[in-house]
Amino acid sequence: MAENVNNHGDADRVAEEEIPESYAFISETSEGAQELHEQTETSRYELATEYGSTLRLPEGAGVDPGDIDIEFADEKMIINLGPQHPSTHGVLRVMMELDGEVILRTKPVIGYLHTGMEKTGENLTYLQGPTNVTRMDYLSPFSNELVFSLATEKLLGIEIPDRATWIRMLMAELNRCSSHLMWMATNGMDLGSSSMMIYGFREREMVLSFFEKVTGLRMNHNYIRPGGVAADLPDGWEDDVMSILETIPGRLDEYDELLTGQPIFRERVDNVGIITAEQAIALSATGPILRSTGVAWDLRRDMPYLNYDKVEFDVIVGSIGDCFDRYSVRLNEIRESLRIIAQIVEKMPAGDYKTQDRKVTPPPRVRIDESMEALIHHFKIYTEGFKVPEGEVYVGIESARGEIGCYMVSDGSAKPYRMHIRGPSFVNLQTLPTMLRGGIIADAIASISSVDPVLGEVDR
Amino acid sequence: MSMSEVLHVERSNYLATIADLKSQGFEMCVDVTGVDYLTNMDRPLPDGVIAERFEVVVNLLSLSTKSRQRIRVQVPEDDPTIETLFFLYPGSEAMEREIYDLLGIRFLNHPDLTRILMPEGWEGHPLRKDYAVGAVPVQFKSVNGAG
Repeated sequence: MAENVNNHGDADRVAEEEIPESYAFISETSEGAQELHEQTETSRYELATEYGSTLRLPEGAGVDPGDIDIEFADEKMIINLGPQHPSTHGVLRVMMELDGEVILRTKPVIGYLHTGMEKTGENLTYLQGPTNVTRMDYLSPFSNELVFSLATEKLLGIEIPDRATWIRMLMAELNRCSSHLMWMATNGMDLGSSSMMIYGFREREMVLSFFEKVTGLRMNHNYIRPGGVAADLPDGWEDDVMSILETIPGRLDEYDELLTGQPIFRERVDNVGIITAEQAIALSATGPILRSTGVAWDLRRDMPYLNYDKVEFDVIVGSIGDCFDRYSVRLNEIRESLRIIAQIVEKMPAGDYKTQDRKVTPPPRVRIDESMEALIHHFKIYTEGFKVPEGEVYVGIESARGEIGCYMVSDGSAKPYRMHIRGPSFVNLQTLPTMLRGGIIADAIASISSVDPVLGEVDR
Repeated sequence: MSMSEVLHVERSNYLATIADLKSQGFEMCVDVTGVDYLTNMDRPLPDGVIAERFEVVVNLLSLSTKSRQRIRVQVPEDDPTIETLFFLYPGSEAMEREIYDLLGIRFLNHPDLTRILMPEGWEGHPLRKDYAVGAVPVQFKSVNGAG
């Protein structure tokens, strides 16, 4: 059957032979190679649109391909960086066209870690969903679980208890710290500061130990679930959080001394990988990349969710959108997150940590022995899951990398009909050609690092 | 959380509507995605909107007015094509490639409509509802034409 199908142009005849629908467009399923091609093999139109998009002008107006000058340098070479390269943060493959040491065109080639998580999500119940999505952005798993849970709850139309909301905020902010600390570490490593690598991981470990204490796992927690969180905070959690709050600010000052004021580091990041606000907006970049260009856009402040409107914090912005701005935005965001966490500890109310709606939350173990109804609810939830009303919803929140969104479609059953995650890394990666263009290859490492892509989320 | 508004648009009117919204201050195209409604054709839709198999869903964001706008477009099964948003929002490039790759909806005039997540040469579009899970043998990409 496969040979039949490969006869291009026979799609109609093939379809008549009752071959599964998905085979009907075989002639259109391979559109050519994903790689970056030599300029001689690339049409003028294609080159121009590529340049047009990377050199997108203010207003974002469409650039007429005919108006763009394409300079043909004599000595050009296309090289691969990755997919197996220590500084590409996972299995990112970047193809770069070089003229000597200068980068002309860049194309990120992705998909090496694609595991079909959106498809998997359609086969898991809403209760099992967080187990799946938490593995996407493995450096900030709570954001994934949170956005999935918020989307489900919006479809369900349920309110979650106040304490659960505050616990979610606590975990999300701690996660932002751990994610940015991890970034500080790998960014330091990429730029030749191996001590930063050790320090960053050391501080991150403090936060992860707290996560382990609360959720039982260092990563991939499956802690935030539709209806609330999986378990209440353990006794003495305040002390653990306080020790984090007391230790990390001092360590951040040490980073300042180690990197911020250090000429060798500054040489590597100042004026490297510049992207303007217009370009960032046109390329849909969010998070620290957008803020580094001076656009004060943070969903926590501008479209508040959870209880972010009840805490005080500043949105950190950069000025020119270079690697140093992205570095300082992230460094200072850790400080702001710590500020938020201190307020959360103060405001944490008593109460339930998950909704008492028995259609959504399984009953406690002791109730099962006493009540037939509880037993039925327990059985129903674990065998077929809870049903979610028909509808579609989009929820976007601010993860450590930018806007993570969940577009969820329900057909009224216990599994999402479609579960799409808008991954900030996936979209932010598009800024790379703009950042790298005209720079030298040694700076490419600094720029790739400053985008902070997590390939688990890029490829999903 | 501010409520996002949903707008149903005819396919012929799609590009003009989005261009209009862009001029109204929706600076950023946050997300482009698609849904295959093969097994859910009788979903609730407002009057006048005829259900088709595919839907392309675009999420626009206005930084200035802090609002979102969601646009849903019906795309028929026998002609799964729609205009690209690339020339309005260059940031939609990778997202459109993703939909093409996973759902097989073709974006007209897209500068580089190739597979993005699946290997090139993969047969079928995995997010389609009739793409059998587990029934398709794993395909590996050959190296330099060998194998």
